[in-house]
Amino acid sequence: MTGTEQVAAPEEPGAAPLKVESPIREAWRMFLRNGSAIAGLVLLIGVILVTFIGPQVYPVDPFEIVWAPLTPPGVDASIPFGTDYLGRDVLAGIIHGGRATLAVGASAAILTVLIGIVVGALAGFYGGFVDEILMRLTEFFQVLPPLLFAMVLVALFTPTLTTVAVAIGVVSWTQTARLTRAEFLKLKQLEYVTAARAIGSRNGRIIWRVILPNALPPLIVSATLIIGVAILFEAGLSFLGLSDPNVMSWGLMIGSSRSYIIDSWWAVTLPGAAIFITVLSVSLIGDGLNDALNPKLRER
Amino acid sequence: MSEPVLEVDNLSVTFRTRNGLAQVLDHVSFSLGQGETLGIVGESGCGKSMTALSIMGLVPTPPGRIAGGAVRLRGEDLLSAGERRMRSIRGNEISMIFQEPMTSLNPVFTVGEQIAETVRLHEGLSQRDALARAVETLKAVGIPAPEKRVSEYPHQLSGGMRQRVMIAMALACNPSVLIADEPTTALDVTVQAQIFDLLRELQDRTNAAIVLITHDMGAIAETADKVVVMYAGRIIESGTVGEILADPRHPYTQGLIACVPHFLANPPVERPPLVEIPGLVPPLSDLGTGCAFAPRCRHVMPRCRGERPPLMAAEPGHEAACWLLDEAVPA
Repeated sequence: MTGTEQVAAPEEPGAAPLKVESPIREAWRMFLRNGSAIAGLVLLIGVILVTFIGPQVYPVDPFEIVWAPLTPPGVDASIPFGTDYLGRDVLAGIIHGGRATLAVGASAAILTVLIGIVVGALAGFYGGFVDEILMRLTEFFQVLPPLLFAMVLVALFTPTLTTVAVAIGVVSWTQTARLTRAEFLKLKQLEYVTAARAIGSRNGRIIWRVILPNALPPLIVSATLIIGVAILFEAGLSFLGLSDPNVMSWGLMIGSSRSYIIDSWWAVTLPGAAIFITVLSVSLIGDGLNDALNPKLRER
Repeated sequence: MSEPVLEVDNLSVTFRTRNGLAQVLDHVSFSLGQGETLGIVGESGCGKSMTALSIMGLVPTPPGRIAGGAVRLRGEDLLSAGERRMRSIRGNEISMIFQEPMTSLNPVFTVGEQIAETVRLHEGLSQRDALARAVETLKAVGIPAPEKRVSEYPHQLSGGMRQRVMIAMALACNPSVLIADEPTTALDVTVQAQIFDLLRELQDRTNAAIVLITHDMGAIAETADKVVVMYAGRIIESGTVGEILADPRHPYTQGLIACVPHFLANPPVERPPLVEIPGLVPPLSDLGTGCAFAPRCRHVMPRCRGERPPLMAAEPGHEAACWLLDEAVPA
């Protein structure tokens, strides 16, 4: 030991060979080390490509009757996935219906996170009376059965993509609110928050620019997982007939063909598989982000 | 000395606790002028940090409450100033350096962005100009390669570097008062000396008044002009640094000074024991009517337990709150 100590150069302040790496870059590097997360990312990119470029490559109207009803896959090369009970092309439905499903899933997730973050941040930051009121409100929404509540909301208004997305958002923000509140309660005690006050920052600035960026990692993870939940939710509502009948979506396909599931499995199973793959990919990504953004799970 | 920059006048702060009302600050008064350094000394829980937060207007209310007194910045009462005015003072006219450089920087922003933030808030500079100012300020606090450091994150810097960044943040707008709340407690001894040197050098340059909060008597001897000793929320002795160190009148101050270990070139085989003050700071909600230090005092008299001593002049400008002073002067 004594021999090596003499050889070791004293640490020069300021000349440390540190690589400048932003927290986002570092998290990305960690994410890329995770095999299942990459698999999820590849799957999701595939799903997005199919739903957004697919309609150009496969320009068959999903509502058009192209063949005899309930034709199984493989009968004719022009209908590789068979037809549903009206004789519509199932593959066209999957390709064209993905867009609505993903759009509703993503916008419902965004809405969920927005409401959740605002409610949770205000409750956690201000505490006291504000916290009491907002948390009682959250509990009120929490005790309502979400599917039932969303059904009521959609049924009250005309079922369109927007109302479905809003309904899903309105019933599922409570978890995000609680998570955000917990993060704020923890972070607002830290010294850099007092330091931010000490340089003259306003409350609004402290909430959104000082505390929120530090609270984001768990929120990003939960938001990703919420996309999967929202997609399932949309499928569930469509299955029950509560979706826009004029817009093709995976849930609508499953819902409309559900009485024929015994005789013609393809009309239900194939759109179901599309939902499964999408939700799986989003969950894998969420898991990967959790590992990448959680410093406790990170190996150095 | 000209008109004081910062004046704290009979400031009292109470906190509501589970055990009743705690008098966290009890009629604390001091003042300091341009270019002066005031040291506030005392053990943990004596009200040093609370004094700093009160000056900044950052006492959490509730449970805290400013029960009385005044804090004046060049004659302007800060306690009655509105929140908007206080925001424009914080970081601009009065700045603060915190104890823990590890936790007082925001981990998700670069140090440059954090310094620039102060400048943008108070001087309305563009991000580009503010970052240029950040580089300048980093250079002023002695950080090598500031152009590079400005885009680094706090975790990439050592403790001493981070404290320099904190100082840069505090000084970016050239404040007239700088409050340093135990700025070196978390640092290595060698770095501590560098930080004190830096503070002194910056003070020479900017002529800012510095309130140095510490429990390190050595730091006080090195940097302070005036000293205030606090115990259980009260000032128990105040005077110039020379008077306090050479002729401490309050047994608590004497104890604090005696606690500082001395270097001996040739330590005897039988080393003298370190002096300590027995006991702990009493809980603030349970102070009783006598002198708060009485239970720990070597010179305690019956009178100390029943009556609280007021600040009495030992000599002009040097006061102590101890009945021993009264005994010395025949009534």
